[in-house]
Amino acid sequence: MDFILAALDYLLGIPPLGWGMHVGLIYKALLLLVSLLVFTAFILLADRKIWAAVQLRRGPNVVGPFGLLQSFADLIKFALKEPVIPGGADKILFLLAPLLTATLALTGWVVVPVGPGMAIADINLGILYLLAISSLGVYGVIIGGWASNSKYPFLGSLRAAAQMVSYEVSIGLVIITVLLCVGSLNLNDIIVAQQEMGLAHMIGLPQLTFLNWFWLPLFPMFVIFYISALAETNRPPFDLAEGESELVAGFMTEYSATPYMLFMLGEYISILLMCAMTTVLFLGGWTSPIDLPPFTWIPGVVWFFIKVSLVFFMFAMAKAIVPRYRYDQLMRIGWKLFLPLSLLMVIIVAFVLQLTGWGWHGGMA
Amino acid sequence: MTLPLFFFYVFSAIAVASALMVISARNPIHAVLFLILVFFNAAGLFMLAGAEFLALMLIVVYVGAVMVLFLFVVMMLDVDFASLRQGFLQYAPIGVIVGAVLLLELLMLAGSFVVSPEVTASAVLPMDGVDNMRAIGQVLYTRYVFLFLGAAAVLLVAMIGAIVLTLQHKSNVKRQDPVKQVGRRPSETLEIVKVKSGQGL
Repeated sequence: MDFILAALDYLLGIPPLGWGMHVGLIYKALLLLVSLLVFTAFILLADRKIWAAVQLRRGPNVVGPFGLLQSFADLIKFALKEPVIPGGADKILFLLAPLLTATLALTGWVVVPVGPGMAIADINLGILYLLAISSLGVYGVIIGGWASNSKYPFLGSLRAAAQMVSYEVSIGLVIITVLLCVGSLNLNDIIVAQQEMGLAHMIGLPQLTFLNWFWLPLFPMFVIFYISALAETNRPPFDLAEGESELVAGFMTEYSATPYMLFMLGEYISILLMCAMTTVLFLGGWTSPIDLPPFTWIPGVVWFFIKVSLVFFMFAMAKAIVPRYRYDQLMRIGWKLFLPLSLLMVIIVAFVLQLTGWGWHGGMA
Repeated sequence: MTLPLFFFYVFSAIAVASALMVISARNPIHAVLFLILVFFNAAGLFMLAGAEFLALMLIVVYVGAVMVLFLFVVMMLDVDFASLRQGFLQYAPIGVIVGAVLLLELLMLAGSFVVSPEVTASAVLPMDGVDNMRAIGQVLYTRYVFLFLGAAAVLLVAMIGAIVLTLQHKSNVKRQDPVKQVGRRPSETLEIVKVKSGQGL
């Protein structure tokens, strides 16, 4: 029963003899889970408020002060309603799909360093793990659409499958350009590299950290990543998988109550994960924008979530002001525009790094 | 029993069980989903063996892209089970013969399979400070660079072949040219006319 003790030590921080020195995995995971879910609840509200403000409406303003408790009221409503399972549906897969979506979205957050050394699993191939998890997200949509045994969900899931596979390619290539500059796949290394090299050091003002971050030297990649992230998470203007004007609600048409809530939760958490990826890859993660006292007093976690919220604000604005794309235009942008552009940038960045000797050399080996 | 050993048994048991389900599931969609589960557990086994880069690449490439398209195609197929089962007894003997021959060959192969001592001796853990991905890159782009380029050329030819086979140019379809659409100027297409009230054009 050696391994049970080892597992207990790992998960709860209880070693075979006496109390351990480290905090168990479960406490960290619970803390992240709870704070993430609360953050998501307010992000959901913020999304609706921003959308409403652009359209000169008030948005949710009844539950709690300024409607702050709206998401919690929605949660109670979803949980208390009766889940309806269509007669011809594949029952197991129908219920598995929303679970899969929500679980996968949460799983990705394991490797995200929300503060200095605050990732639950600080693994070497962090960014590759994130890419793998986000590429699995499509299964929830496909399985849900197919298991509903209905026309609109099926069409929606087919659209989503083609769309997410297409945009993964450009996201992968954008990540490769960043990795070329850093020379490591560890998310922490990517953040530290953005602090220790870049334009601010070249012009002799190393305090201006925000000039160091990769959004500036890799600006075209930043834009491509932002648009691809919108498409990858089925956000407007690329929400063709659930385009209500033609497909009712797409793959979510037959879902109700808690399964629907899990779908929506999974969607928003994966959107936040994409925002976190943007923050880590291009906006310097938890580093403060200016390396001087009033800014450095604020802890890294706060900076991280401020940046994530800012990126999410851009996501919400895109939803509010851009009309929905047509499907063939979406595919054209993905394959004919983003793929060649990002491939070209990979080659250019590799050449520049090789010729000038720029790039971060502080990583392992 | 150690923790990795425990996980090894978990992953391999699920992999074997779902591999059995792939060939015994009645619904082709379920079969594909079980195949995905097999890949996933294989990735877990890679991870336990210390090949984390291969494990994640297996998930990104096979589970995340190849199997999605596979599922896509299988979903679109209209499989009629009644007609599929019609000739089952007629073809069963041939199937049994082919299966038996394959099994026999596999058993013979497995019986005579020896790992050469040189390979066992050279199977060392990665060098200090060189992670998995670096180690693969260093071998792939130096020692095996020609094989790598050859594989890339084969894939490129296959891709071009698939495009040539399926691409059809229809002459009676109105196509859009986004460059032309964006390049349009109001002066080319709009004519502003001052209409006097009560007169019309």
